[in-house]
Amino acid sequence: MASHASSYTPGSALEKWLDDRLPIIRWSKEHLMDYPTPKNLNYWWTGGAILALMLAVQIVTGIVLAMHYAPNVALAFDSVEHIRRDVNGGRIIQAVHAVGASMFFAAVYMHIFRGLYYGSYKAPREVLWILGVLIFALMMATAFMGYVLPWGQMSFWAAQVITNILGAVPVVGDPILLLLRGGFTVDNATLNRFFSLHYLLPFVIAAVVALHIWALHVPGNNNPIGVEVKASRDTVPFHPYYTMKDAFAIVVFLIPFAWFVFFAPDILGHPDNYIQANSQVTPAHIVPEWYFLPFYAILRAIDFNVLFIDSKLGGVIAFAGSILILFFVPWLDSSKVRSGNFRPMFKWFYWLFVANFVFLAYLGAAPAEGIYVLLAKIATAYYFIYFLVVLPLLGRIESPRPLPASISEAVLSKSH
Amino acid sequence: MIKNKSILAAALMAIALVASPALAQDATHAPTIEKQPWTFAGIFGTYDQNQLQRGFQVFREICASCHSARLMAFRNLSEPGGPGYSEEQVKALAAEYEIADAEVEGGTRPGVAADRWPSPFASEQEARDANGGALPPDFSVIAKARGTTQPFPWWILNYFTAYSEGGPDYIYALLTGYEEAAPEGVADFPADKYYNHYFPGNAIGMAPPLADESITYEADANGVTPPMTVEQYARDVSAFLMWVAEPHLVDRKETGFKVIVFLFLFAGLMWAVKRRLWSKVEH
Repeated sequence: MASHASSYTPGSALEKWLDDRLPIIRWSKEHLMDYPTPKNLNYWWTGGAILALMLAVQIVTGIVLAMHYAPNVALAFDSVEHIRRDVNGGRIIQAVHAVGASMFFAAVYMHIFRGLYYGSYKAPREVLWILGVLIFALMMATAFMGYVLPWGQMSFWAAQVITNILGAVPVVGDPILLLLRGGFTVDNATLNRFFSLHYLLPFVIAAVVALHIWALHVPGNNNPIGVEVKASRDTVPFHPYYTMKDAFAIVVFLIPFAWFVFFAPDILGHPDNYIQANSQVTPAHIVPEWYFLPFYAILRAIDFNVLFIDSKLGGVIAFAGSILILFFVPWLDSSKVRSGNFRPMFKWFYWLFVANFVFLAYLGAAPAEGIYVLLAKIATAYYFIYFLVVLPLLGRIESPRPLPASISEAVLSKSH
Repeated sequence: MIKNKSILAAALMAIALVASPALAQDATHAPTIEKQPWTFAGIFGTYDQNQLQRGFQVFREICASCHSARLMAFRNLSEPGGPGYSEEQVKALAAEYEIADAEVEGGTRPGVAADRWPSPFASEQEARDANGGALPPDFSVIAKARGTTQPFPWWILNYFTAYSEGGPDYIYALLTGYEEAAPEGVADFPADKYYNHYFPGNAIGMAPPLADESITYEADANGVTPPMTVEQYARDVSAFLMWVAEPHLVDRKETGFKVIVFLFLFAGLMWAVKRRLWSKVEH
């Protein structure tokens, strides 16, 4: 796929000169324009472009915010308000950055669930998938540290609760906790290092994104029927076909984004974060941002001891496991068929998994009491059963529907 | 296949049955805070200038004797979209206040428009000492630091109506939610606290700050004097506090309207171009 003959011929003496020394124009033409892309991709495949845009938006707005923000416990809260009140355009830049985090996660969840449905993690795309999970983990770390920076009550107590769970890890837990907080409690040192890391990690993400795209361009895109590209008639050049389609999807994506930024910039956050951090007052409900809720529910679901593992460590193991398990999905799924479209039984378990994930988010926001405790355990159990039992077994017992011979054949039989 | 379907349906039913009483139970904890009709609600909302001026009067005459608003600047009062005072009025107003300034002789000087609203107490300790140990919270962003909750599934609607007035709704409910005494059946109500329906825990340190006729409203341009009731005062000061928290709300919404209209038109154009481009490809 990627080893197609280059169609680039330098147009001028200067381009020729450059091409002999650094073939960057040739590279761009091959990878950003001519890159052969399956012609049957649906709109779920525009997630990559949307995510690339969101990373750029977050980095650009973040750099501007850092020019006005003061990472000091006495100044941080007021400096964020200063940005909203006094900095030219500040209220929009700040709102774009804060809402942007939510939109980034909304897009990444769509991207991940698309991959899970269409089996985009299966050979030969395991490395592509692993890099994606790594990006997701880095995003979570970045978003968490970014949320601490406005130094409101939720910022402070989220930092308190989340760093605390690291302390549950045996042997290394306490030294890591101390190192992360820069002291025995969440304080100025914590805020400083979180600011520093929050500025660093997006660039690490950008680097892993580059690898992710590289790993995409070697095997080429998966597609909705999951049948590999067989001939050039199965593909279209990336530009202008997918640049245009992605651009359209981006503009549509910007509509809800703008809706939140301009009409309800605080609706995705929590009112308590407009109260300056106070280590003496614990909020009634400490709730993470919505995009962490499913994993927060998993963390809290383990409230019992297993042998020598106490409930606190158990929660950390379940929480970490719920992310780490994603790295192994390519080898857990035993089905040879990629696309869920051709897997009648898989579809049910998949949509139950999606519903279960949404339900976990609901439980993450609910108080950990009464019936919610039991429901969280059931939902957490299904989260793991899906990966550890359903995916390995289903490939062995399910009889998939017949696959089309090629993308072109599928396309022709679909239309008209 | 049918077997799978029925197992799944049964599982979903079980979850729904177990979950729904739990969810219903959750909603009955505290009295619900009613949504009030605010002029600044919704995507076309703007502040009512007269209401902000009245609210400022309530704030200045009542609230400001205990509560600070350290992020509000005098100059904000003359900015577009706000209470609409003239620059001269704001200058004259600021000059009435003494501002602590270590740089000048004597430590204080008359305020200028660029100054922030002076705090009634010099330190947190002083504020606590004057208020029986309770700290009157700062009012700079109080209208965004409070909120209301709607039971599932009604809160989902909030995302589509851009509901952002939970703060003023709560403040209005709080100011009008006092009782003379704790209702019967409430045991061990602290003697130095006041009973409020909407304050978390019901025991609030602040005495009822508003009373009918306690502030004299002037007649507006049409010669109509707004009612001088607790409800009206509470409504006006809640609106004012929203403005303090979000002085540029009107500008934000106006910009937003332009942005959304542009995005819709742009999306339409992009769609047309995309369709035309792809019409040549069997896909």
